[in-house]
Amino acid sequence: MSPILTISGLHKSFGKVEVLKGIDLTMQQGDVVSLIGSSGSGKTTLLRCVNLLEDFEQGSIELAGQSIGYKQDGGQRRRLSEREIARQRAMTGMAFQQFNLFPHMTAIRNVMLGLIKTKKMPKDEARAIAEKWLERVGMGQRRDHYPGQLSGGQQQRVAIARAIAMNPQIMLFDEVTSALDPELVAEVLAVVRDLANEGMTMLLVTHEMRFARDVSSKVVFMHQGRIHEEGTPEQIFGAPKTERLQGFLANSEF
Amino acid sequence: MNYDFNFDVIWRNWDLLAEGLGLGLFLAIVSIAIGCGIGLLAAFGMLSRHRTLRWIAVAYVSAIRNTPILVLILFCYFALPQMGIALDKISSFVFTLSIYAGAYLAEVFRSGLVALPKGLREAGLAIGLTEFKIKTNIIIPVMFRNVLPSLSNNFISLFKDTSLAAAIAVPELTFYARKINVESFRVIETWMVASMIYVVACYVIAALLRRLELRLAVPR
Repeated sequence: MSPILTISGLHKSFGKVEVLKGIDLTMQQGDVVSLIGSSGSGKTTLLRCVNLLEDFEQGSIELAGQSIGYKQDGGQRRRLSEREIARQRAMTGMAFQQFNLFPHMTAIRNVMLGLIKTKKMPKDEARAIAEKWLERVGMGQRRDHYPGQLSGGQQQRVAIARAIAMNPQIMLFDEVTSALDPELVAEVLAVVRDLANEGMTMLLVTHEMRFARDVSSKVVFMHQGRIHEEGTPEQIFGAPKTERLQGFLANSEF
Repeated sequence: MNYDFNFDVIWRNWDLLAEGLGLGLFLAIVSIAIGCGIGLLAAFGMLSRHRTLRWIAVAYVSAIRNTPILVLILFCYFALPQMGIALDKISSFVFTLSIYAGAYLAEVFRSGLVALPKGLREAGLAIGLTEFKIKTNIIIPVMFRNVLPSLSNNFISLFKDTSLAAAIAVPELTFYARKINVESFRVIETWMVASMIYVVACYVIAALLRRLELRLAVPR
């Protein structure tokens, strides 16, 4: 089976600082890969390259057989048109640390917006899909609430529904529980776990080590812009090989 | 002070004052509407990645904001025709007040845009929206709600600035007040009533905008 996501030789700099120094990663359909590592290790940047929220200078990302963001054109590397990139971004779904719901729209309108504007769906169809996903994340009752009327955990669940309603090839989770009060973390993790159990392909950046261990098929430990160690959760958490990873895990809460 | 107040001439000319007020409101509404469009473009221009666009927008805003509006009005009405751009009084004034409004509103919109969390744009990108759709569906509506209180102030100022149209004989409220004054010599009464009409009109505008604000406010 060909992989759904292939990242090869990915390099990314912010000005003179090279934050990704050659990343290679492949994922099969249904894989759940957690990126762990201390802040500044490049894990969030890597995630953001997959849906082109960050440009990258070298290397390639292939999603479902398509080269993401750039094409080789007679030996020249060209950035795709904005329209092409927008279409490719819709192949991925992303949930953000800060939820980023549209504050002037109700929960259901947040979910419907991409369906209507990107997928050109008729309103009724978009509404039906949005309702279905809001139900799924346990937010059906609150569909007509505005983000400002919802708790952080509820907002994040709506944000996840908004992303997944687009029927993406892969879901990207960027520290989705980091901005939440401790008592709200569980409800969001439960939603993510359900999606994982249903076979959704997911790439997630997380500080929740226990969660990463439970839910992942593979865990990737990043350090200073490189993949320092990767393996199954058992290998990474049970028998870390490198000293760095051992040190990182010793300092992480379980 | 021995003065016999006599408002007769005012009441007799009430229709003129009402007509003048109506025209002033019309001028303000049209100019503000056009000014909002110009202001939005200029605000995005000032924040653009392209240096030329940024330069044009900044030049426009500072040139207009640093010129007294009366000078702008006279320039557009008297000097532009010499340069081959002849507009009638009303169009000339609407043109002037629009570009004047645009410069002030540009600043309001710019600060509103800068204050938006950048995650909003990214969330739009992440669901496959183009930059244009992000602006029209997310950025502008959210920013507009946030800046509405300071817009209200600008709207009221701009409405009061329509009184300057009298300088080029546009028949609005101040023009008619001056006419009544000159014909009747009822100086105190005329300008007292004209002032009162402005006060009441501004008060009503403020109240209407406040209602709009509450209507558009996002529940929380």
